[in-house]
Amino acid sequence: MIQLSQVSKEYPGRGKALDGVSFRLEKGEFAFLTGHSGSGKSTTLGLIHQADTPTSGEVVACGFSSKHTSHREVWKLRRRVSYIFQDFRLLPGRTALENVTFALEVTGTPRRELSSRGNRLLAQVGLAVKSGLQVHELSGGEQQRVSIARALANDPLALLADEPTGNLDERASRGIMELFRDLNARGMTVLMATHDLELVRAYPGIRVLELTEGRLVYDSRAPAVEGA
Amino acid sequence: MHAIREALAAIRRAPLLTALSAAMVALALFVVGLFAVATYNLHEALSRVEERVEVVVYVRDDVMEAELQLLEEDLLEMEEVLGVRYLSKDDALAQAREDLPEFEELFMNLEVNPLPASVEVELRPGFRGPASVARVADRATIYPFVDDVRFGREWVDRLHLLRRMGGIATAVLGTAFGVVAALIIATAIRIALFARREEIYVMRLVGATHGFIRRPFLLEGALTGLLGGILAAVLTYVSHLAVSRLIFPLEWIPLEWMVAGIAAGGLFGLVASAFAIRRYLREV
Repeated sequence: MIQLSQVSKEYPGRGKALDGVSFRLEKGEFAFLTGHSGSGKSTTLGLIHQADTPTSGEVVACGFSSKHTSHREVWKLRRRVSYIFQDFRLLPGRTALENVTFALEVTGTPRRELSSRGNRLLAQVGLAVKSGLQVHELSGGEQQRVSIARALANDPLALLADEPTGNLDERASRGIMELFRDLNARGMTVLMATHDLELVRAYPGIRVLELTEGRLVYDSRAPAVEGA
Repeated sequence: MHAIREALAAIRRAPLLTALSAAMVALALFVVGLFAVATYNLHEALSRVEERVEVVVYVRDDVMEAELQLLEEDLLEMEEVLGVRYLSKDDALAQAREDLPEFEELFMNLEVNPLPASVEVELRPGFRGPASVARVADRATIYPFVDDVRFGREWVDRLHLLRRMGGIATAVLGTAFGVVAALIIATAIRIALFARREEIYVMRLVGATHGFIRRPFLLEGALTGLLGGILAAVLTYVSHLAVSRLIFPLEWIPLEWMVAGIAAGGLFGLVASAFAIRRYLREV
């Protein structure tokens, strides 16, 4: 499903952000990607989503290789692998529903189906009753749910989440985690970057990949992180 | 449909930006329009002058009719020649009297007619340039009974030079101001792209194709350019009317020129937008 083989990423003047990272996520797997700020978590997710290309090595996600997918073909990958940000990246001045239908529309959903499909996606993340509210009227947790609903617009096979609970309180974070677990239970592969070890410890059954200074230093189950 | 809807929505969202862009494009194309009017009028004026370009072949007094006929037939076979007209010595004197009435007394006192007979050669349109005129003159000169061939070489050369300079000036300035118009549209589209960077980012994030993202902006650029072209055509027409009524009469450019100018505005807009979006999509 997602495979990194000896992936390195170097930025001119900033040194190596990633250094020979290799791991594989199977279809339907859930994994945390942990590490301190600057350890390379966002770079890893960005390379999987092909927002950038590795300096060396190869990233393959849902059959799309970083070596063979051109800039113009990235959209095909992004309809199979969705991405969620810490800061939600919702469009201001639009309602929750409009944010979701925007994603549906730009990926080719017929206009007559936009509203019903958008509402269905919002219902899936527990926001059916707030679909008409402007995004600034929603709490942080609710905004993140809207961004998840948007990420589900293309019915993706995998979800990449970059510190999705970073701006949320504990209760909202738990709610988002439960949503991810639910999606994962339905067969979606989830890779979630977080520096919140408390959250990681709360889900001991989930695989953990730990990065330190761009190197993968740990690949194990959550309890082992305590000893890392 | 989405592209049209989005392009119109973008214009509605930022009418001032669209209006300013169209106005700037219009000003750049207006200059091109003024040059087009000037060039067209120069072209027309030169064409009218050129219509009077002819070759006059002076023949000796003792030329025989058969020889003259040979010359005329030979000249008429040339593709440059539209027609020939023989002017006898008497005809030449009569015409001189008519053209120069102030010398009537002098003409009355002449004992012998000093004016030579001639063959006036009328040239076809498109064959009144220096090379064509010289070819006809050279052909006539080979006949031994031809005394002289006149066609005002310097005058024809200058006319030709003037026409070429007019054409070059219009081409250079037209291109320069066309580029200015394209740069203005590209800048306006960059501003529009920047204003909608979040939307574009989300589009890219969720998997919109390049074409889908590009189309509304291409359309917006083309519409801005077309609007600028139409404004420029109106401005040029008003200026042409003002000059015609207040200073000297000018002819209005042919419809095809105007349509081509407006279409060029749209094309500049399209191409400029394409470049701006291409660069932007590589950056986000």
